[in-house]
Amino acid sequence: MKKFVNDGVNVVPEALRGFGRAHRGLVVVHEKPAYVTRASPKSAKVALVSGGGSGHEPLHSGFVGYGMLDAACPGQIFTSPTPDQISAAAEAVDGGSGVLFIVKNYAGDVMNFEMAAESFAGKSASILVQDDVAVESASGRSSRRGVAGTLVVEKIVGAAAEAGEDLAVCAALGERTARACASMGAALTSCTIPAAGKPTFEIGEGEMELGVGIHGEAGRRRVPLAPADIIAAELTAAVLDDLQPRKDEPLLLLVNGFGGTPLLELYLMYETVSRRLEADGLVIARSLVGNYVTSLEMAGCSVTLARLDDELLRLWDAPVHTAALHWGR
Amino acid sequence: MIATQEAFVAQAPDPLLARLLDAAIEAIGTNADLLGDLDRAIGDGDHGLNMLRGFAAVAGQRDDLAVLPLAAALDAMGKLLVMNVGGASGPLYGSLLIAMGKAAARDGASVATILEEGVAAVKRRGKSDRGEKTMLDVLVPVQLAWAQSCREGLAPRDALERLRRAAKEGLDSTRPLMATKGRASFLRERSIGHLDPGAFSSFLLVDATCRAFLEVEP
Repeated sequence: MKKFVNDGVNVVPEALRGFGRAHRGLVVVHEKPAYVTRASPKSAKVALVSGGGSGHEPLHSGFVGYGMLDAACPGQIFTSPTPDQISAAAEAVDGGSGVLFIVKNYAGDVMNFEMAAESFAGKSASILVQDDVAVESASGRSSRRGVAGTLVVEKIVGAAAEAGEDLAVCAALGERTARACASMGAALTSCTIPAAGKPTFEIGEGEMELGVGIHGEAGRRRVPLAPADIIAAELTAAVLDDLQPRKDEPLLLLVNGFGGTPLLELYLMYETVSRRLEADGLVIARSLVGNYVTSLEMAGCSVTLARLDDELLRLWDAPVHTAALHWGR
Repeated sequence: MIATQEAFVAQAPDPLLARLLDAAIEAIGTNADLLGDLDRAIGDGDHGLNMLRGFAAVAGQRDDLAVLPLAAALDAMGKLLVMNVGGASGPLYGSLLIAMGKAAARDGASVATILEEGVAAVKRRGKSDRGEKTMLDVLVPVQLAWAQSCREGLAPRDALERLRRAAKEGLDSTRPLMATKGRASFLRERSIGHLDPGAFSSFLLVDATCRAFLEVEP
């Protein structure tokens, strides 16, 4: 393992302090319990609070700011934050219109957010993001993980909250947006939690893991490495099969890197995925390419499609100013 | 009616709580790497580090916890784990201990009731039950074994040995299971053949605390 580390157990707090210093004026980093808020945390609008394990940067702290989140609660690496962090963040940003918790569907995140909501005195609602189509079982959608679609949900609901929509409207919009997203990823390498010091999973030089999660946890199957066109075809087919978009419907295509794949390759993947979609007569109305929902230094990427309507398009285009996403302002 | 082993636990000498805490802290401390390896096989590899962080927090408060009444100690330890473990294990172990503390605070609560309410809280928090390749595959048999020992009026030493066996058998029962809860469930069939890391940490804690009891049992 070769990483920029002082002490494995201090990686998260040290990085958070750096994040706060780098983006002063935009965010404030609180420690003990750890959470990140906007520089001016309280406002009259509905407050959006998300969080999850660290190691997925810029998710979620990088999406705190105008038009997106009000607070993010970073846990230890790949470990959900604890209820005290979440309720402290909620209290810090609740201006009276209530708090919407945006939760990725992992047992730990669900339970910790649930305990936080139980102890939070203010008004709150929760939405669950579960866009990963790789994980299907007899129990259906309920077992799916939340992955890169989380960015889409946070952006769109963030815009609605900024426009003054109330808690119930924001929650319903969040559910609708979450259902409109589907993702699937492929990993070419593993990743190493600094304090653990060894890779989370072993993967051979000639192998890839299809349907990988964002913690290096497994997905659909281990297969021999293939040319990008073949990988793109497999990921796109899985997402389309789930989403079943209409031909005239505007789509958002997000090609998300897992942290260890250069943008050069992500754009190559965008090229092959977008060509395939357009050949099917589908309309890519909006695009985003980059490392947004990562898994430490894992090489690989995911393909996310979101079905947008006029309202979702307008909210996607609305101004946003965060450390990791900024446009229109 | 209080069975003999119930009376033994209820009359346990004061330093017992300190011994139990030390046993639990040591069990996690010496096995954290193993928990991490088990979790890397079918999860995301953080279970050892998370439990280590949680029990380091418990170790930091050990002297204060050891002098509390049982109910308050369970509650405080549960809250420490919730705030320091994270992941799914934090809320699950936290809910277990907090519910046990709540039960213990009631007058005349038996150990059987305390265990039953603790395990019920884990089932509720995790929306799970035995057979899903989780810590419940250890905790449920342990709770049932204690209830059975009470009914049979087993001697304390025999009852504790039965708990240790129930914990070990419960742990081993997770190996052939396919995970349907938690991160291991993403592996589906590939989770078969591995021990569940949460069941392993539960086994460690039950076994270590039983052994600590056995050391003071004449």
